[in-house]
Amino acid sequence: MLGYIIRRILAAVPVMGCVAVFVFLLLRLTPGDPAAIIAGDSATPEQLERIRATLGLNEPIYVQFATWVGRLLHGDLGVSLISQIPVAQMIGQRLEPSLTLAISTILLSVVVAVPLGVLAAWKQGTWIDRVVMAFCVLGFSVPVFVVGYVLIQVFAIDLKWVPVQGFRSITRGFGPFFERAVLPTVALSFIYIALIARMTRASMLEVLGEDYVRTARAKGLGETKVLLRHALRNAAVPVVTVIGTGFTLLISGVVVTESVFNIPGIGRLTVDAVLARDFPVIQGMILLTSGLYVAVNLLIDLSYTLFDPRIRY
Amino acid sequence: MSKTPHRSAILDVRDLVVSLGPGAKAARVIDGVSFTVREAQTLCLVGESGSGKSVTSLAVMGLLPKNILLPTGGRIELVGESLLDSSQRRLRQLRATTMAMIFQEPMTALNPVVPVGRQIDEVLQAHMRLDAGERRRRILDMMEQVHLPDVERIYRSYPHRLSGGQRQRIMIAMALIMGPKLLIADEPTTALDVTTQKQILALVRELQEKHGTAVLFITHDMGVVAEIADRVAVMRHGRLVEEGPIDAILRRPEQEYTRSLLGAVPSLVPRPRRDEGDGAVVLETYDLNKTYQERSLFGGRREVAAAKDVTLSLRRGRTLGIVGESGSGKSTVARCIMRLIDPTSGSIRVAGREISELTRRLLQPHRQRIQIIFQDPYRSLNPRLSVGESIAEGPVNFGTSRAEALAHARELLRLVDLPADAVARYPHQFSGGQRQRIAIARALAMKPDVLVADEAVSALDVSVQAQVLKLLDDIQERLGVALLFITHDLRVAAQICDDIIVMQRGVVVEEGPASLVLAEPKEPYTRQLFEAAPGRHWDFANFRPVEAGAPTPAAS
Repeated sequence: MLGYIIRRILAAVPVMGCVAVFVFLLLRLTPGDPAAIIAGDSATPEQLERIRATLGLNEPIYVQFATWVGRLLHGDLGVSLISQIPVAQMIGQRLEPSLTLAISTILLSVVVAVPLGVLAAWKQGTWIDRVVMAFCVLGFSVPVFVVGYVLIQVFAIDLKWVPVQGFRSITRGFGPFFERAVLPTVALSFIYIALIARMTRASMLEVLGEDYVRTARAKGLGETKVLLRHALRNAAVPVVTVIGTGFTLLISGVVVTESVFNIPGIGRLTVDAVLARDFPVIQGMILLTSGLYVAVNLLIDLSYTLFDPRIRY
Repeated sequence: MSKTPHRSAILDVRDLVVSLGPGAKAARVIDGVSFTVREAQTLCLVGESGSGKSVTSLAVMGLLPKNILLPTGGRIELVGESLLDSSQRRLRQLRATTMAMIFQEPMTALNPVVPVGRQIDEVLQAHMRLDAGERRRRILDMMEQVHLPDVERIYRSYPHRLSGGQRQRIMIAMALIMGPKLLIADEPTTALDVTTQKQILALVRELQEKHGTAVLFITHDMGVVAEIADRVAVMRHGRLVEEGPIDAILRRPEQEYTRSLLGAVPSLVPRPRRDEGDGAVVLETYDLNKTYQERSLFGGRREVAAAKDVTLSLRRGRTLGIVGESGSGKSTVARCIMRLIDPTSGSIRVAGREISELTRRLLQPHRQRIQIIFQDPYRSLNPRLSVGESIAEGPVNFGTSRAEALAHARELLRLVDLPADAVARYPHQFSGGQRQRIAIARALAMKPDVLVADEAVSALDVSVQAQVLKLLDDIQERLGVALLFITHDLRVAAQICDDIIVMQRGVVVEEGPASLVLAEPKEPYTRQLFEAAPGRHWDFANFRPVEAGAPTPAAS
């Protein structure tokens, strides 16, 4: 097990290496002079020369790569071309809203979706099943900004229960954080609830037909125990996979939701950087997202062993 | 053998009707079945697939699939209590405490993600209030009663760490820990090797005598019936054909169906020897080896020999059987010969040509010389291809025109006793036995020299099995094809093989003419296999016990 974790972490090194090479070349292989791209149309030759010097563009390319990687390993992702703030700091500021939103969304989705899925599978073919499935179709098909604006209209404007927009760090008190996080969390959860509930239902239906579920009933166990202890744990692996993938998607940014609720998250940072051609920020975002993806995938794979003792690494 | 009749009735089933869905017009899966199981008595419910024996047992347990199968008539009484009128809650109370059940597949019947000790523990937790120490003591005691070794370790083990026999012992321990009055065993030994089957049957007997349990034993195997039954109920198409004490059923069956069922049981007495003939040797292996390497985490290596130094030869028109239990390597040998897997070393000659080292591409022209029929006809035919396409596909690959291949397919279907218009139909429109005939026709379409049959009749009912065996025999007679017959069933081997190889753990332990190997086995392992064959004291087809002394080859 420990050996597996170490091997997996080592295996992540070449993956991240490839990403780093790609990110590095992103700027260098774009047609034209990187300095000119960065500086924009109205730059003077002196400005261009200064940018070349700071970026080390006059050095051979492998030296440039080595310096860049060296800085990277010290946590130096460069400086934003627009705001002149270090990229690491910019991402750091924006990471908290995105991370908290992702965690709260996944928690809410799992808490709602897994019981819904189990219930639908257990009551397969009844009206309960059909209501759950109809909700899932709705969750998939209604765009998140529609849900967001409806929620704002009802709970923030009409009922005035919560503020309309914004984000407050959880370190500044749970109340203000919760007030502002609840609507975006609910809005974002819709699609994840639909996804996870469907997956749970399908996986449970398969497991409920298994012989050991019949054995559990033959032992005289109650339905709750049959469903939760015998069926759900066996049905968990595909569900956990979906949850993990959903989580990485959430962390790497949810632009629309962030815009609707005016949350200063990673998604908007990325979009802004792309539109402004702020290359250091784009590079930092790609590195961060791929790193998170590798880490979450490792966690998902490791979690399989908790659910199924036959899986050994 | 039959017990005195005035023991009290534990399970009484009267005029039971189970239908597909509600309503009087719904099709009846079980139609008016009645029987009684008494204290310390074993009633065997026998029948072929689709006879309704499993549905009957699930109806007793109240475990019929919801909204699909419904009991719509009759009564089921367990120690005087009507089960069909009981609430779900009451049924749950009765399960495990008064009636318990064990199933066919001990692997799938146990939850793979829960240690087996805890799975037994759940029964106690559901039905009694005991502290953890007392529960553990009872579980370990029960595990010892079912003769499990090293109970402390097994208690903590997950099912996949245990052998098939151990898993079934766990199931039995789980079923009997509350001391139920009725044990329902649904084909509990069908998925096990014969030697394990013998032990499990003995265990059920032993525990029954100890606790006076009534046993409803469901099986398709007349051999098992002869070993364990006090009374026998024969079922067919959801109806009860005949019921009576074991002796009466085996000696004087009244119904034609029972007679034909018994008559279809292949005899353990080998068939008369055929002339060896001087046909050319079409298949030979010499020192065939297949080794698998298991790699542990830090590079440590372990070699497992699935087949070791297997040497065999087969002449045109002859049948060679490879007999052994699961894990003996018999299927590995078959797959190596087919080059479905690559042998580690050794030689394979098919029709005089060495094929063990040929690359995939060079091997291709030789593939048609040797063809295989698999065990499960439900999975070995592509459900999306029509029967004709399946049969014609091979010859078309080898350059025959489509029209010609399809015309030949029609002929082949006639050869295997299927209507020629079957070419346009699809596999799901045929029964298991018919599908196996199609599989045989598909193999024959390649005009092979050697036909490999890997457990080809094991999934079939006995009456169908007898027909398919006869068909293989006829085809061999007419076409002179050589047959390599892989089986775990000594009865089947005795009926079809000229020569037999007995394998154990990858090694050939005994070989020779079937009449010698089966009549006077020399090796202890072969004898052990032979002694474990259920019902070996009974000559089913002639309705009498086998006479004392060595079985003589039948004269007819």
